[in-house]
Amino acid sequence: MNWISNYVRPKINSLFSRREVPENLWTKCPECGTMLFHRELAENLNVCSNCQHHMPMTPRERFATLFDGGIYTEVEVPAPVADPLQFRDQKKYPDRMKAAQKATGEKEAMLVAEGEIGRTPIVAACQDFSFMAGSMGMYVGNAIIAAAERAVKLKRPLILFSAAGGARMQEGILSLMQMPRTTVAVEMLREAGLPYIVVLTHPTTGGVTASYAMLGDIHIAEPNALICFAGPRVIEQTIREKLPEGFQRAEYLLDHGMLDRVIARAQMRGELITIVRMLMGLTPVVAGDLPPPADVASLADQRATAATGEPAEIDETS
Amino acid sequence: MTTYLDFEKPLSAIEGKAEELRAMARANGEMDVEKEAAALDRKAADILNDLYKNLSPWAKCQVARHPERPHCRDYVEALFTEFTPLAGDRNFADDLAVVGGLARFEDRPVVVIGHEKGHDTTTRIEHNFGMARPEGYRKAIRLMDLADRFNMPVISLVDTPGAYPGKGAEERGQSEAIARSTQRCLQLGVPLVSVIIGEGGSGGAVAFATASRLAMLEHSIYSVISPEGCASILWRDAEKMREAAEALKLTAQDLKKLGVIDRIIPEPRGGAQRDRAAAIANVGKAIGAMLGEMQGMDRTAVVQERRKKFLKMGAKGLAA
Repeated sequence: MNWISNYVRPKINSLFSRREVPENLWTKCPECGTMLFHRELAENLNVCSNCQHHMPMTPRERFATLFDGGIYTEVEVPAPVADPLQFRDQKKYPDRMKAAQKATGEKEAMLVAEGEIGRTPIVAACQDFSFMAGSMGMYVGNAIIAAAERAVKLKRPLILFSAAGGARMQEGILSLMQMPRTTVAVEMLREAGLPYIVVLTHPTTGGVTASYAMLGDIHIAEPNALICFAGPRVIEQTIREKLPEGFQRAEYLLDHGMLDRVIARAQMRGELITIVRMLMGLTPVVAGDLPPPADVASLADQRATAATGEPAEIDETS
Repeated sequence: MTTYLDFEKPLSAIEGKAEELRAMARANGEMDVEKEAAALDRKAADILNDLYKNLSPWAKCQVARHPERPHCRDYVEALFTEFTPLAGDRNFADDLAVVGGLARFEDRPVVVIGHEKGHDTTTRIEHNFGMARPEGYRKAIRLMDLADRFNMPVISLVDTPGAYPGKGAEERGQSEAIARSTQRCLQLGVPLVSVIIGEGGSGGAVAFATASRLAMLEHSIYSVISPEGCASILWRDAEKMREAAEALKLTAQDLKKLGVIDRIIPEPRGGAQRDRAAAIANVGKAIGAMLGEMQGMDRTAVVQERRKKFLKMGAKGLAA
């Protein structure tokens, strides 16, 4: 031991291997540009405190802030055949899948869970827009069928949070076949007399909107969510005129009779509890009796250290 | 005047020559060209055979969209009797992209629904090129309700580039209309037999093709997105439609392998457009056979069978 090994080397090392600092402690609101601290953002459920812009939420964030105490059990989804068409565009489909799995830490674009909200048992499914634009392929179809079967078995309502660019083109016709497949799932719930509530989040488009997302007993959307079949770009190219402000946004759809309600994220959980309890013929919850969801600030720290993925692209189909 | 597709160019030269020879002979009674012309005909037939034996997926897209291919109306006129068109969705309008009504198929009362593309500029515009708006799907739902109540099988003929991407269509709930139509197909207690006669374009096709039995003409296509659309998204270049058509596995042959369709209906040599009557007759035979397969099934069995088919679909990928 000498002066060099005791003092100089650690000093030099510290210069080169800095302590790991989470890089994304601050998020810039894409709407108004306000810099938002991660803890504050998480406490606001990823809603900008300045302009109320609703940013995306992963299924795990959604469930942690939805279920009582943030406690839920994942429902297993049968794995489909990987790359059923051996699809290849500029990249191979399995490579795109691996990249998406690495970026998100998730297996696929939908998570299904069971648990309680306001002491009301439910099954919930949530689509993950950060995973290949939430696109609907065999897995998402299997997830919705598994969610419906679980709900029927447990006699619980199903709450589904949609977010997708549309069908997963890399699964070709099999992605299209998820429209009838998921509709069969909706039929199972209907026959069992169980409520099916769809929460449409930004963006819900293409074949997803034209199947299970528009077949709910109740349709609730988050503010300003883009909800459409054909995307605005496709329509502008077809009709060659500029579309009006707010076209195909949640409020616009509400005006045109396609939604029941547009609800801010902060009120969503309470709203869902109220609705589900009425539809299930349960007594009202006693105010102040509701168990809180998970401690969101600690989740924010996890989120800050989690890997960030490349921005997802919207797969528009018509 | 025959419309030649780009890959049919070698054929157009030979057929043109045969035609020219015969025209000369007609003008000059002394000339006997029939032998030569017949030889050219045989050569053309050989080329046609070769061309159509191994059509690339993109070539099939072109054939499926061929303007002279028989359309919904042609099939309805030839295969059904007492066709009585019914109109309107009872809410907003009558969408002419969708035709439908009561008819008899081999004397049996049925409900027929289909996309109509039109055959010339006027009728194409009138039928909006077979691209339905919400009213079209809602009319179809009405007709399916009717079929279900009066125990008539539904026969649907699918031929659409896709649902119409317009402002009004979105405002009036294009997504909801397609979703409800698909749902209505799944609820039908009567057989729903469907044939893709040209283009099966995405959600617009699914809304009528969620069938108990689904057949495709040999050179028709059925896809989640047009090859051009897929190319512009995944290749960022709409000109890569050949590659996209290949990758999407949208041909009748691939879809049969995937278990998405139940049967392939053969087309006459050179495609349905070259012998419309033969193509229509083949479709008629297939519809009769598919209805026959479902004879005697009760309502519950019909619903359950259709559901099971879709739940199982795709489980094995191309290995099915």
